[in-house]
Amino acid sequence: MIRSRLWAPSALLLASALITSCSSDIPPDSPAGSKGAPDSGSDGKQSKFFDQAEYKKQLKLTRAAPEGPDGKPWEQMIEPKMADTAQYKKKGSGGIHLCFSNAGVFNPWRQVGLTTMKAEVKLHKEISEFTVLDAQGKDDKQISDIQELTGKNCDALIVSPNTTATLTPAVKEACGKLPVIVFDRGVETDCAVTFINPIGGYGYGAVAADFLIDKVKPKGKILALRISPGVDVLENRWSAGKAAFDKSELDVVDVKFTEGDPVKTKSVVADAISRHGTIDGVWMDSGATAVAAVEAFEDAGVDVPPITGEDQQDFLQAWKDKKLTAIAPTYPTFQWRTPVIAALKILDGKQVPKKWKLPQPTVTEDNLDQYLKAGMPPLHYAMCGCENLPGFPEAWGKK
Amino acid sequence: MTTATAVWRKRGTAALGAGAPVYALLAVLFAALALTNPDFYEPDRFLAFVKRTAPLVILAAGQYLVVVSGEFDLSVGAVVTAGVVVAAELYGSFPEAHWLVISLALLLAGAVAGLANGLITTFLRVPSFITTLGMMLILEGAVFYWAGGSPHGVLPEDFRILGRGSAFGWLPWAALACLAAGVLAVWLMRSDFGRTLIATGDSERTATLSGVRTHRVRVLAFVLSGVAAALTAILVGGFSGVSAQAGRGYEFEAITAVVLGGVALGGGRGSVVSAMAGAFSLQALFTLLNLQGVSGALESTVQGVIVIAAVGLGAANWSRLRRTRTRSSGGTPS
Repeated sequence: MIRSRLWAPSALLLASALITSCSSDIPPDSPAGSKGAPDSGSDGKQSKFFDQAEYKKQLKLTRAAPEGPDGKPWEQMIEPKMADTAQYKKKGSGGIHLCFSNAGVFNPWRQVGLTTMKAEVKLHKEISEFTVLDAQGKDDKQISDIQELTGKNCDALIVSPNTTATLTPAVKEACGKLPVIVFDRGVETDCAVTFINPIGGYGYGAVAADFLIDKVKPKGKILALRISPGVDVLENRWSAGKAAFDKSELDVVDVKFTEGDPVKTKSVVADAISRHGTIDGVWMDSGATAVAAVEAFEDAGVDVPPITGEDQQDFLQAWKDKKLTAIAPTYPTFQWRTPVIAALKILDGKQVPKKWKLPQPTVTEDNLDQYLKAGMPPLHYAMCGCENLPGFPEAWGKK
Repeated sequence: MTTATAVWRKRGTAALGAGAPVYALLAVLFAALALTNPDFYEPDRFLAFVKRTAPLVILAAGQYLVVVSGEFDLSVGAVVTAGVVVAAELYGSFPEAHWLVISLALLLAGAVAGLANGLITTFLRVPSFITTLGMMLILEGAVFYWAGGSPHGVLPEDFRILGRGSAFGWLPWAALACLAAGVLAVWLMRSDFGRTLIATGDSERTATLSGVRTHRVRVLAFVLSGVAAALTAILVGGFSGVSAQAGRGYEFEAITAVVLGGVALGGGRGSVVSAMAGAFSLQALFTLLNLQGVSGALESTVQGVIVIAAVGLGAANWSRLRRTRTRSSGGTPS
């Protein structure tokens, strides 16, 4: 109904320019559509995030037997070096005022974690007050949160840092005033009384890759799905996965970023199936979009190959319902219980490990039923160690 | 010879309307897809592509109505996210609810969000850029607050059929929904509403003086955009299940699609079919990039280049260029 201004030629030019610019990214000797043309990945080179020593250490920790009470992994510790805490023993009577500077609750993992931590606090009658400040994922807010909490008569401060380097000075400053417990991400100082975290990303990625190496026949085509580049934990997971695949006979045909978006995941998987004919195994650096990946295979009308996910409820449910060949390494949410337990030990003058390494259990075919609880919300993390905490399961969102 | 070409060109553009470039682009992209991956045209692969594209096409049709009336709707992505999360929460509270009830509730809610956008833009005279940006933030915040970052319900299979399943075992319902939305949009644009909508976008003053109730027309455009976003939410939720970021980035994809379809920002020019073809082109381009092994991170870069280039090319004054060319060729002795 309206006359064109004749930009057809130019638009065509633009389109062809775009296409040529894109095609030029492909090495001339590996035409698109042919098999065995990975975008990045199995070229034998490791990313700048790869730390060989830490990688070896984590693989060793994965095999080590943790110390501590059976069935309570949040109280267990791997190869602990205990530190004295007598100087922090709380004098006088009265309830404990525990403070927590949280990076934020911007994802379901942190949401489950915070709920778990709050329930843990309820277990201990000696904690009379629990103050939580939420930094909403902002470094500057967390720096001022930590400063505010150090002036609030807290007996101990728990910090879950938003980023490593930026929060270091604020944590250092707080260390001078009260006992500090850091967990999840670390900071670049060892002034905290204890630093609590699970084995880590290398352990996670290696468990997932080893599973596929075991289940997929040699020369099988592996699709690796990652959330986004540049995040240290996720980079570690992939570099450990890549290290294992490089040594195996499997062929990583694609490494793709999904940004945690299920729609995009489905597109990526569908495209990978059509580009490579078949996909024999899927490695994922986290489980949020695992169900979308499973559905993409179903929608394409092919069998779901061995797949790795995480301990989210929806994936565990799909695993059971669809009888998948799967494994779910975890970054356990039960680690949110440990800082509270550690704080009470410290204020009681009991020893705690300087580096409190928690075990990192894996959900497998054999223990799936133990972790899959009916009726939990789809993004609940099963490795929360929260089944016996007050308020379970309603506080975690069970309808 | 020159006259013949000019006549042919005139006829060609007249036949295709303002969207001529987008159809050429679409043809080029489809050809490139065929070269990259011959399997692309196997019926089930192609229908899967249509199914994947349908939500964006519907969203682009809604966005077109707003853009051609001279406004923007940046809230559609947030409406999609809110729609998916609300559906999941509703199912969490009423697991036995019929999918039709939930779907109608979503469409109604989308209409209400659009109505709010329209009323605030027209009667309070807040620029639509700000109104809908505000609406986007309000909805995003509300969804996050309500669901606390992770939705609690699960979307049951019967609700998801529209986005995931196929009629007669081969024709995706989403493709049918897309077709229906297209037919409806074309019918709308040929009705009095469509003509007054374009007139309003072209020149509000002229339209008002000619007796068009420009406020009412624009509010209706926003309402329809909201409904289109709600329908998209139903399809996206069906396609991929619950996600607290289901609609992220859709507002820009929809605007890119509309611009790619040759629709003038600022209103008054462009056809809805071209806008929908723009959506197909954008999705085809993304698929091509993906099949070529280009990093997904570049998608937004490509989108940015397209938006700027398309608007820039559309605004450039080609007539002057043509005149110069004609003069110089006329001066050559034969």
